[in-house]
Amino acid sequence: MSSTTNSPTHHTSTIGAIGAPSRRNTELALLVFAVAIPVFAYANVGLAIDGQVPAGLLSYGLGLGLLAAVAHLVVRKFAPYADPLLLPLATLLNGLGLVCIWRLDQSKLLQQIHVAGGKATNQLIYTAMGIALFVAVLIFLKDHRTLQRYTYISMVAALFLLLLPLVPGLGADVYGAKIWIAIGSFTIQPGEFAKIVLAVFFAGYLMVKRDALALASRRFMGLYLPRGRDLGPILVVWAISILILVFETDLGTSLLFFGMFVIMLYVATERTSWIVFGLLMSAAGAIGVASFEPHIKVRVQAWLDPMREYTLSRTPGVPGVHSDQLQQALWAFGSGGTLGTGWGQGHSELIRFAANSDFILATFGEELGLAGIMAILLIYGLIVERGVRTALAARDPFGKLLAIGLSGAFALQVFVVSGGVMGLIPLTGMTMPFLAYGGSSVIANWALIGVLIRISDTARRPAPAPAANPDAEMTQVVRPS
Amino acid sequence: MNKPLRRIAIFCGLLVLTLLLRDNYLQYVRADKLKDDPNNRRVTIARYATPRGDIIVSGGDPITGSTLTSKTGLNDLKYKRTYKNGPMWAPVTGYASQAFGATQLESIEDGILTGDDDRLFFRKTLDMITGKEQQGGNVVTTLNAAAQKAAYDGLKQRGGKGAVVALDPSTGKILALASYPSYDPSSFAGNTNDDAAAWKKLQKKYNPNDPMLNRALRETYPPGSTFKVVTAAAALENGKYTSADEKTDSPLPWTMPGTTTQLKNEGNIPCENATMRVALQYSCNTVFGKIGADLGNDKMLAEAKKFGFDAEQFTPVRSSASVFSDDMNQSQTALSSIGQYNTAATPLQMAMVASAVANDGKLMKPYMVDSLQSSNLDPVATTKPEELSRPLSPKNAQILQDMMQTVVEKGTGTRAKIDGVTVGGKTGTAQHGVENSENPYAWFISYAKLSDGSSPVAVAVVIEDESANRDDISGGGLAAPIAKNVMEAVIDSKK
Repeated sequence: MSSTTNSPTHHTSTIGAIGAPSRRNTELALLVFAVAIPVFAYANVGLAIDGQVPAGLLSYGLGLGLLAAVAHLVVRKFAPYADPLLLPLATLLNGLGLVCIWRLDQSKLLQQIHVAGGKATNQLIYTAMGIALFVAVLIFLKDHRTLQRYTYISMVAALFLLLLPLVPGLGADVYGAKIWIAIGSFTIQPGEFAKIVLAVFFAGYLMVKRDALALASRRFMGLYLPRGRDLGPILVVWAISILILVFETDLGTSLLFFGMFVIMLYVATERTSWIVFGLLMSAAGAIGVASFEPHIKVRVQAWLDPMREYTLSRTPGVPGVHSDQLQQALWAFGSGGTLGTGWGQGHSELIRFAANSDFILATFGEELGLAGIMAILLIYGLIVERGVRTALAARDPFGKLLAIGLSGAFALQVFVVSGGVMGLIPLTGMTMPFLAYGGSSVIANWALIGVLIRISDTARRPAPAPAANPDAEMTQVVRPS
Repeated sequence: MNKPLRRIAIFCGLLVLTLLLRDNYLQYVRADKLKDDPNNRRVTIARYATPRGDIIVSGGDPITGSTLTSKTGLNDLKYKRTYKNGPMWAPVTGYASQAFGATQLESIEDGILTGDDDRLFFRKTLDMITGKEQQGGNVVTTLNAAAQKAAYDGLKQRGGKGAVVALDPSTGKILALASYPSYDPSSFAGNTNDDAAAWKKLQKKYNPNDPMLNRALRETYPPGSTFKVVTAAAALENGKYTSADEKTDSPLPWTMPGTTTQLKNEGNIPCENATMRVALQYSCNTVFGKIGADLGNDKMLAEAKKFGFDAEQFTPVRSSASVFSDDMNQSQTALSSIGQYNTAATPLQMAMVASAVANDGKLMKPYMVDSLQSSNLDPVATTKPEELSRPLSPKNAQILQDMMQTVVEKGTGTRAKIDGVTVGGKTGTAQHGVENSENPYAWFISYAKLSDGSSPVAVAVVIEDESANRDDISGGGLAAPIAKNVMEAVIDSKK
């Protein structure tokens, strides 16, 4: 397949995005690296721990390569103009995450407490399910604008997903945060899926209401104050996120949804006042809840003085729940230093619970060092950048809003999780997209990448050539902005 | 819509930048602090990742070792410390336990023993380049294996609680440092349940004998009559009496100034206006109590301080400070001058007193680390003997030696006599407990002098014997034979 299909040479009268190269071969070349790097890392872990190349290297490499190949071929067929970076970047992170999970599987300590052991195989299955969902999105969602029709259904679905963990008998309380549901031996984090569905609802809703929200306002002290009735939606979303915080004691998800909404509201209305309102409301909400919700309070205390929590967790007879995890994570980062200990040579198993999920970044920090973490953060940054670029390039407001909503939420999630693990902000129970162990997270994030790729394909697709009209003068085509 | 989009892009960029800055702070600025935090388990993991260097006694025999930890269980520590004759050497080595940390030499010289010390930097770098496992250096002590064995066996035979310290008077080298009952640091060197149980059993809470207390350095006892040596030194140094055979101004009975209480002697002994030689020979409380009261608190304190009282010693293992109070009236000073009231001394302190007398009045700083070696036995650092103070002039020291030799010749310390060797000593029986209800402590301090005039050893022995009959306890009976054996061991090993 050539990258110069739909050459515009036969219509010299039109200008614009027509003829943008599809860049599929670029994507393929990058994918080769995105698969090769984790394979080398995998070999490295085996050599460091057992002194030999791991037996599963071939099957692992083939598995990851096959998944990447399927994803690539589907993109080539169903979204030929898609952004060429998103798929390789996500594949690289997913692959490195698999290696790290396998590395932690080798820890006897983590096996003993059932945190690790065979988790890499599970994660590979989740990855396959994620890629399957990614493929399904690209095949069945021919045009992202179709989603616009489901604006209010999305709202209902998102609320349903968010409330699921509160259903008695279904919700599972894991270390204080009630964001899981348990079906048999499976646990699912509905919040991860709600993120995407909620973005669809916000995009659809704001596209319709943006003019009312933007224009009908009074000016006060340099800010455009919205009318009372237009304040309704933001208040409702704020209230919902506060409720999540109170009932599911999950600061991260709450912050994520509210932040996503404020970003989309700002983009839709171009009114800075929404940002100001959003920040004030989230600050008030977070401080208000943190002051009386014990679970959140503990997290804040652990953030303020991790060493104290460590000491308390070691002192028998101290009331309350105290965890040394954050201090252990900080030690892991510090012990890694600039270049890290190398794969398999750190001791991040000391973090124990959630070492391969919420805290997986600490293992990267210890074994790949400052250099590795900076590279990983930049990869996340690049994914967000490609998402924002997609939003900029999208021609329709719905696509713009959806793309910025998803990439904004992605950026916030990366910030909230890694900021929490690095002790920059209080810890929240969320996972690093693609790196961390967990089915919901991997599957939902592949769907997210699928939607972004769909929007970017539509955005970069050459405009259909106007039908040849011999009577017409030269048509002026305005470059979409 | 694109303007806000660009702003959001900048906002997301700032989020990533904030994370990058935080990570640089964490993994660059604070990295070393986090990495070397003693609570960071990785420090312990590194400590036991390679075989530790050994602690070696004078003469070259190691008293420690390292063994591979059994692979079963979740142990993340590769090597475990072992000890040869653990209970005998525990007051010297301390312990290095995977579960319970390290103390004494094991802790103080940890850098050398693990090989992390900067002084081993060259070696470490060489090992790293040649791909060899990092090796720890050795700590060579001043201890004399024969003397240590004599000391420990003597205490063990006795069975009660006690301690022995032997010093080389001319250098301050610690030759023996024994404490009983003791513990085997091997028994809890690992981190299994067995180790935890062994550890628990040794704690004072579960074991009233407190075997982990290093009595030689960390326990202070009332020194009783052995303190009279210090009082006699103060009398000579302050010119109160100028010879051993000068009659002292000592009425009998003697009522302590400011009180109506008479100071009693043990039994009917010739103490009235006795010379200092006779007073030391019979251990007259009245004579030395009055000397103390006459000299006064300040002069007594000054002399005691010269002998090392009121200061912690770092050998480099820290010893407790011995006590002579500074705000006493005359009667309290009198009692303190015969080693009662508030006066308390570590066995190390009393050995220092004997060694200063034996070394013609010069007190050497006691030390137990002779040198530090790299793994290929190159010396890294050597300790040089150091003078601590001069509590006595050489002339007065010889007078005092003469008096102490009389104690062993025909006084209370005859059981420390060694054929062909001049021995000087002093017994002590210190009362303790409310109204002296508990068994007294038996003390003996002594030194040996060879025919060439050199003094190779000074010893202090203390026994808290709960099983013995109260009347039987006297330094001469219980403690002197142990001191004799230790001195003989040192003299024999010199031959």
